[in-house]
Amino acid sequence: MRFLFKTHYNQDIDHLKHGGDRFWYGLLLLLVVAAPAALDTFYLGELNLVMIYAIAGVGLMLLVGYTGQVCMGHAAFLAIGAYTHSLLLGAGVPFLLSMIAAVLVSALVGAGVGWIALRMTGLYLVIATLAFAMLTEQTISRAEWLTGGFRGLSVPQASLFGLPLTEVWQRYYLTLVLLVVVLIAALNILRSSTGRAMVAIRDSEISAESVGINVAVYKTLAFALSAGITGLAGALFAHRLGYLSPDAFTFLISLQLLLMVVVGGVGSMRGVIYGALFIGFLPQLLAIARDTLPRQIAQAPGLEPGIFGLILVLVILFEPQGIFGRWLKIKSYFQLFPLYRRATHKRQKTYMRTERLR
Amino acid sequence: MRALSAGSCFAEASQPRRDRSRRGLARSDPLDASEPGGRRRLYSARSKTSIDILGTRTAGREPVEGIALSQLLQVLINGLAVGCIYGLIALGFVLVYKATEMVNFAQGDLMMLGAFFGVTLIGDFGLPWLLGLLLAVLSLAVFGYLLDAFVLRRVLGEPQFAIVMLTIGLGFVFRAVAGLVWGYDPQSFPTPYTGKTLRMGEVVVSYENLTILLGTFFLCLVLFLFFRHTRLGIGMQATSQNQLAAYYVGIPVKRVFSLVWAISAGVAAVAGILLAPVSLVQPGMGFIGIKAFAAAVIGGFGSIPGALLGGWIIGISEQVAGVYLPAGFQEMTAYGILIIALVLRPEGLFAQVQRKKV
Amino acid sequence: MSYLAVEDLSIRFGGIKAVDGVSFGVEEGEVFAIIGPNGAGKTTLFNLVSGIYTPDGGSVHFAGQDITSLPAHRIAPLGLARTFQNIELFEHATVLQNLLIGRHIHRKSHALSHLLFLPSVRREELEHRRRVEDVIDLLELAHYREQTIANLPYGVRKVVEVGRALCLEPKLLLLDEPTSGLNPEESEDMGFWIEDINRDLGVTIIMVAHDMGLVSRVAGRVLALNEGRVLAQGSPDEVQKNPDVVDAYLGGE
Repeated sequence: MRFLFKTHYNQDIDHLKHGGDRFWYGLLLLLVVAAPAALDTFYLGELNLVMIYAIAGVGLMLLVGYTGQVCMGHAAFLAIGAYTHSLLLGAGVPFLLSMIAAVLVSALVGAGVGWIALRMTGLYLVIATLAFAMLTEQTISRAEWLTGGFRGLSVPQASLFGLPLTEVWQRYYLTLVLLVVVLIAALNILRSSTGRAMVAIRDSEISAESVGINVAVYKTLAFALSAGITGLAGALFAHRLGYLSPDAFTFLISLQLLLMVVVGGVGSMRGVIYGALFIGFLPQLLAIARDTLPRQIAQAPGLEPGIFGLILVLVILFEPQGIFGRWLKIKSYFQLFPLYRRATHKRQKTYMRTERLR
Repeated sequence: MRALSAGSCFAEASQPRRDRSRRGLARSDPLDASEPGGRRRLYSARSKTSIDILGTRTAGREPVEGIALSQLLQVLINGLAVGCIYGLIALGFVLVYKATEMVNFAQGDLMMLGAFFGVTLIGDFGLPWLLGLLLAVLSLAVFGYLLDAFVLRRVLGEPQFAIVMLTIGLGFVFRAVAGLVWGYDPQSFPTPYTGKTLRMGEVVVSYENLTILLGTFFLCLVLFLFFRHTRLGIGMQATSQNQLAAYYVGIPVKRVFSLVWAISAGVAAVAGILLAPVSLVQPGMGFIGIKAFAAAVIGGFGSIPGALLGGWIIGISEQVAGVYLPAGFQEMTAYGILIIALVLRPEGLFAQVQRKKV
Repeated sequence: MSYLAVEDLSIRFGGIKAVDGVSFGVEEGEVFAIIGPNGAGKTTLFNLVSGIYTPDGGSVHFAGQDITSLPAHRIAPLGLARTFQNIELFEHATVLQNLLIGRHIHRKSHALSHLLFLPSVRREELEHRRRVEDVIDLLELAHYREQTIANLPYGVRKVVEVGRALCLEPKLLLLDEPTSGLNPEESEDMGFWIEDINRDLGVTIIMVAHDMGLVSRVAGRVLALNEGRVLAQGSPDEVQKNPDVVDAYLGGE
C-alpha cells in the first residue's frame, strides 16, 4: 500500500499525483504513440475508432457520471457534429475551422436541449432526450436537400493545413491528439469550481442551490459541454465512416455510448477509456467466438445486440461500478492481503428511495 | 410501407461505403457493431414496425372523393385502434412503475414475446383463438413473475438509471432469443376474423380493429374490477402508495412486486396478440414501445386511465398526421407531442413528482 | 430595521397555512433560536428565508436588502448560509470536495479558464484550499478529509454540513436542528462550535432546536412557533415559562 506524504496543496490539484502515476501514464503515452509502427492498418483503424468512442464517452460521462443527467440521445449530437463537419468541409471551409464549427453547433444544440430539459428530472429526462434523438434522426433523414437523406452524404477528404490525411495512421494521430486534449480539458473542468458545481447538482440540487450554485446555468453548461465534445467525436466519426446516412446514428448508438459509460464505471474518466476499449473490441471478440459456436447460433443476425444486452444486464446485476470499480476492488484485495474481506465493498440494501420526490 | 423501402434503400447505399472504410481488409462477419453497416438489419427491423401499424388499411389513402367527414371518422377510428395498442403497452409501464418505481424499457419486447407465443399456440399448434390467447397471456404472466423474482428483485433500490439500463439490456436479450427461436422473417398471424370488415355507411371497420377496441375495453374492465374489489389488488394499491408502510401492515411486498410484473407481462401479451393480426410478428416489433412511452408520459406515468388516454392521443394524432400532413411527419408526431407535453408540464400531465422536503 | 427582518411572512401548501403571518427581527452578532413542536413551521420558515420556497405574502430583508423573492442561489452570495435538518450533503464526494463546493460563491474565474486551468485558476484553487483547511482545523475534520460522505457516521456528517456552510464565509448562518440525532457528547461539541462560530468568527446565527439545554446555553433570544404562528418571543427563560408555549408542548387545551 502506498502512503503519500503531501507537502503542498498542488499535489492534490495536479493530474498526475506522484512518481508512479507519471511513470505509468508516460509509458502508456509512449505505447500509443508508437502503436502505428507495430500495428497493421486494420487494428490501427480499430484503435482509432476506440479513441473516437472514448472522446464521445468523455462528453457523455461529464453529463451522466458527473452532473447526474442521464441523456439517451447522444447519438443526435454525434450526428450533428458529423453532418456539420461534412457539410462545411464540402462547402470549402478549412478542416480545423469546420471542426470547431461542428463542436460549437453541437454545443449550441446541447445547450438548447439542456435548457428545455431543465425542469425535467430522472425518468422524464431520459424519455425527453430519447425523443429528441428520434426527432433528430427523422429530421436528418427527411431534410434531403441538406443531408441527402437515406441516399447519404459523402464525407470530403480530411486535410490539415493543405496536407491531405489519407492514411489511417495520420487520422490515428489526429484522434489521439484530440483525445488527449479533451481528456485534459475534462479533468481540468472537474478539478475546478465548475466541475464541483456539476457534482453538487448530481448529488443534491437543493443544497447546490443553497450554497449559491445556479443549477439552471450549470445544467445547461454541462449539456453544452457534453454535446460539444460528442460533436467533436462526431466530426472524427464522419471521416471514419466516409459516408453519412441517418442510420449510422440510431438509438442503438446512444445506447452503446451509455453502455460504455456503465461498463467502464460511472463517475470516473478512466472508466470511459475501459468502456471504449470494451465497446470497440467486443465485435472482434465476437468474431472470434463465432468460430467456436454452433452454426445455428453463430449465424443468427441478432447475436451481437443480444450479447450486448446480456453484458449490460450482467454488469448492472453484478458490478454496477463497472470495470473501474472491479479494478479498485482487485487493487484493494492485493493491498490488504491477507486481510481483505468481501464485506468491505458490499452494497448496502436500502428500502426503495422514491424518485417521485425531488 | 414507406419507411421499409427507405430502410432497404439504405441497404444498397451502405454497400460501397463498407468496402471503402475497410480498406480492402477481409472481415466477413456480416454484423459488426463497429461498422454502422452492421446495424442496418436492426434498423430496418425497427422501421418496419415504427410506421403506422395499420397503414395498409388507412382509408384515407383510398381514392374516396368528397367525403371528408367520413374520411376523418375513418382516420379517427383507426387512430383509436392504434392508440389502444400504445395504451396497452403504456398500461404495462404504468402498472410496474406505480408499484415498484421501476421503468420497464423491455415492455415492448414483452409484447413481442406475447405475439410470438400467440403465433405458436394458435398458428402452429392450432389451438382455438380464445384458448390460445388465454394460454399465451398466462405463460407470459408466469414469465413476468419469474423475471422479477430472479432478476429485477436484485436491483430494487438501485438508482433509476441502473434499472433503465437493465431493462434495456433485457429487451435486447429478448429480441435475440426470439430471433434464435422463431427466426427473423416476419410471420403473419391468422385469426378467425382476418379480412372481415364491418361497414357503417362510408366507414369501414375491420374486425381486427374492432377486436382491438373490444379487447382493450374488456381488459381494462377486468383490471379495474381487480384493483377495486380484490384483496390482492387493494394490497397492490397500498404498496404503490408506500412500500414500507405496506410491508409493516403485512403485505408481502416482494411477492406483490412479482405479481405486478406478472400482470404487466400479461397485459403485454394481450397487446401483442391484438396487434399481431394487423402488423407482422417479428423480433423487432417491440420498438413501438418507445412510442408507448410517449403515451405513458402524456398520461402522467402513474394513472391507468391516463395511459389509455395518452395512447389514444398519440394514436389519433399519428393517423391524422399521416393523412393530412406531408410525408415524414407521421414518424415525428409521437415524439413531438411528447416533447411539447414535457416542456409544458415537466412532471407529466398528471404529476406524480413532488419537490423533496428538506 | 433589524439585520434580518421578517415581516408578516406567510405560505400555504394546499389548505394548510404552514407559516402564517410570522414577524421577527434578528440583530447582527446574536444567536437566535426558533423552537416549537413538530409541524410548527420552523423548517418551512428557514426554507422561506433561504429562498427555497417563495412566500405567498410578507417580506424578508437581510442587511437592508429585500430578499423575499430571490432564488436560493442568489441569496447565498449575500452572506447567508444554511444547513438542513436531514443532512443534504453531496453523498458521493469526499469531505474535502464538499467543503470546496461550499467555496463556490467565492470563485473568481469562469468556466472557459477552467477548461484550460490557467495559472490564475491554480492560484485561486490554492486559496480555496487554504480557507477550507481553516474550517477543517476549526471543526476537527482532518481525520475525515479524504473520505466519501456515504461512509461517514451521522454525527460527522452533521459537522461536515456546518463546515460546508462556514466555507461560504457567511454573515448569517441558519442551522436547522444542529444537534438532532447526535449523542450527548457530540451535542456538547456542537454547542461549543456554535459559540465559537458566533464569537470568534462574528457570524450571526439562527438555529432551529428541540434541545432546550442547548438553547438556554447559547441563544440570546428565542422565538416559539406553533401551527405557523408566533407564540412567544424573548429570552430563553421567559419563553420557556410562557403558558402558551407550555400548552403547545404538553398539548394542553
